[in-house]
Amino acid sequence: MLSIKDLHAEVEAKNILKGLNLEIREGEVHAIMGPNGSGKSTLGHVLSGRPGYEITQGNVEFLGKDLLDLDTEERAHLGLFLAFQYPVEIPGVSNMEFLKASVDAVRESQGASAYDTVSFTRRAREACAAVDLDQGFLKRGVNEGFSGGEKKRNELMQMMLLEPRLCILDETDSGLDIDALQVVANGVNAMRSESRSFLLVTHYQRLLDYIEPDFVHVLAGGRIIKSGEKSLALELEAKGYSWLDEGKVA
Amino acid sequence: MSQEQINRAIAKDYKAGFTTDIESDTLPPGLTEDTIRFISEKKNEPEWLLEWRLRAFQVWRDMAGPDWAHVNYPEVDFQRISYYSQPKSMEDRPKSLDEVDPELLATYEKLGIPLHERESLAGVAVDVVFDSVSVATTFREKLAEAGVLFCSISEAVQQYPDLVRKHLGSVVPRKDNFYAALNSAVFSDGSFVYIPKGVRCPMELSTYFRINEANTGQFERTLIIADEGSHVSYLEGCTAPMRDENQLHAAVVELVALNDAEIKYSTVQNWYPGDAEGKGGIYNFVTKRGLAHTNAKISWTQVETGSAVTWKYPSCILRGDNSVGEFYSVALTNNLQQADTGTKMIHLGKNTRSTIVSKGISAGHSSNAYRGLVRVGPTAKGARNYTQCDSLLIGDQCAAHTFPYIESKNPTGIIEHEATTSKVSDDQLYLCQQRGLDPEKAVSMIVNGFCKEVFKELPMEFAVEAGKLLEVSLEGSVG
Repeated sequence: MLSIKDLHAEVEAKNILKGLNLEIREGEVHAIMGPNGSGKSTLGHVLSGRPGYEITQGNVEFLGKDLLDLDTEERAHLGLFLAFQYPVEIPGVSNMEFLKASVDAVRESQGASAYDTVSFTRRAREACAAVDLDQGFLKRGVNEGFSGGEKKRNELMQMMLLEPRLCILDETDSGLDIDALQVVANGVNAMRSESRSFLLVTHYQRLLDYIEPDFVHVLAGGRIIKSGEKSLALELEAKGYSWLDEGKVA
Repeated sequence: MSQEQINRAIAKDYKAGFTTDIESDTLPPGLTEDTIRFISEKKNEPEWLLEWRLRAFQVWRDMAGPDWAHVNYPEVDFQRISYYSQPKSMEDRPKSLDEVDPELLATYEKLGIPLHERESLAGVAVDVVFDSVSVATTFREKLAEAGVLFCSISEAVQQYPDLVRKHLGSVVPRKDNFYAALNSAVFSDGSFVYIPKGVRCPMELSTYFRINEANTGQFERTLIIADEGSHVSYLEGCTAPMRDENQLHAAVVELVALNDAEIKYSTVQNWYPGDAEGKGGIYNFVTKRGLAHTNAKISWTQVETGSAVTWKYPSCILRGDNSVGEFYSVALTNNLQQADTGTKMIHLGKNTRSTIVSKGISAGHSSNAYRGLVRVGPTAKGARNYTQCDSLLIGDQCAAHTFPYIESKNPTGIIEHEATTSKVSDDQLYLCQQRGLDPEKAVSMIVNGFCKEVFKELPMEFAVEAGKLLEVSLEGSVG
């Protein structure tokens, strides 16, 4: 589904990714861990097409298309979703309005008809309940005055409604208490399917207690230096990152 | 999204920019006493009105144009403007819509104004002012049943001279300011509304203004009188064709709300703003003011997206005790447009209250200024004002300014002023795009969200129209 080859990228003329390789097949859950400043969040933004992130080398194929050739919104139309680490507020635009516009845009691009208001409202209410947010959040401005945890759950709600093919979660677990973490994990687990893949960017192995990954990768110095199964995460938890030196590419 | 994409997304197309090929009787450019006599005679006006106009003209000649506004434009040559233009077929006033020139009707159809009553299911009574002449007023019979008078001001001069004479210039005196004086001298037409005591006007009343002829100024005059305990909601819309020269629009609107009456006045202004290089466009120099008697309420809502230069301050004089004034405004400027707009709330009566919510949006290279005066007079015991003034910047080449003036002469007054400036941020756009929205849709959604508090004050059909208008006005401006 996603194939990243020798990816080099810079932000503000600084090299962040330096030859990253990664293969994600349909239905797989991959976790990316690594020390601060290793390029974890950059990877998510490069994939989703954030302005200001320049690709200097390499290529990325997503569902048979050259991903790097597409505009940000076209990547979304193709089914790439990024749950933001720090979701921004859009004052005055209600969550419901935003969700409807967004789902409509994605469905339109895929040639599917738009949901009528009644059935969309029902779906939105269900998603809202699934992430344990009060229905009132649908009427509030997008992320306006939400707490950190509420913002993260709001991201998850968007993800549920958009039904993407590839979900990238950028430190969605950071700043969450244990209950909220469980809500997020339940949401992700409910969405797991044979045709949907996940890329979890996280600092902590804690998240992986709730969402069991198929593969764990260590990102350091802009490259994946070690890959393994779930047990790798536990090993990292116990030993930290220092025992891995950058020369040892898995 | 890059700056370039954003710029492309706000590059705009003026959709009401067509001209109508109609034979017109247009007075040659120039302004003298004879011009005024001509206009007055053409309209078969009584002697007192001619005198009133001539007096205004004398006053105007001794005045100078305002130079304090935060706008720049070349001096207007008042001798190069034509002060009267009327479609030829109007020579003998049409008795009904069937007699109106089909070209003219087609023009309004293009603008989406349902002139025919049968098409006008929305129940909006429309008076249409084309260049200098009022073309048709719909729904007149239905309104007459309720005792509501709604017609062109020229007609009102003939039919209800006492009402006109009593109130004309009572809120905006001839010598009020340069453009009000000019308007008083040369006003050609406009709308007149009278709501009798205790009547709630059964439908929204509406006027559309359109400037068609080149080198023509439009100087309409609107007078709305709400008698005691009555209620009326009035909508005004404006467009003009695209022309390379600047055209002048200097209107005066006077509202009189007698005891316990309520007037809600909404404007969607989409005059031609000039092209992307700033060539052409309307100079919109308008004086709008309402006088509120005891317990009366006057509410101005405006959505301003057009004009090359806007100079406009819809105001309320809260003379009666417990009277209420409101001003809700969205002013959007793009390309090289300049706007200096705001309001004046003059508190004279006891316990008078006013609310100001102003949303300024600047895109392109435009400049957008809010200028507002809140004055609490010595007699205005317990007066209250709340002002909220927000600016939104799109791109990094535009400007937003706020000039609040507060004068309080009564220690019991409470005045609050809040102001914010924000920018459509790259992060907001990125979020929207990541969720599948294209940049234009994203900007229009963010801007609409910013304006929500004002849009909810508009009658529903207008709120939708206003949202769409913003979208069109922002086309190609994302920055």
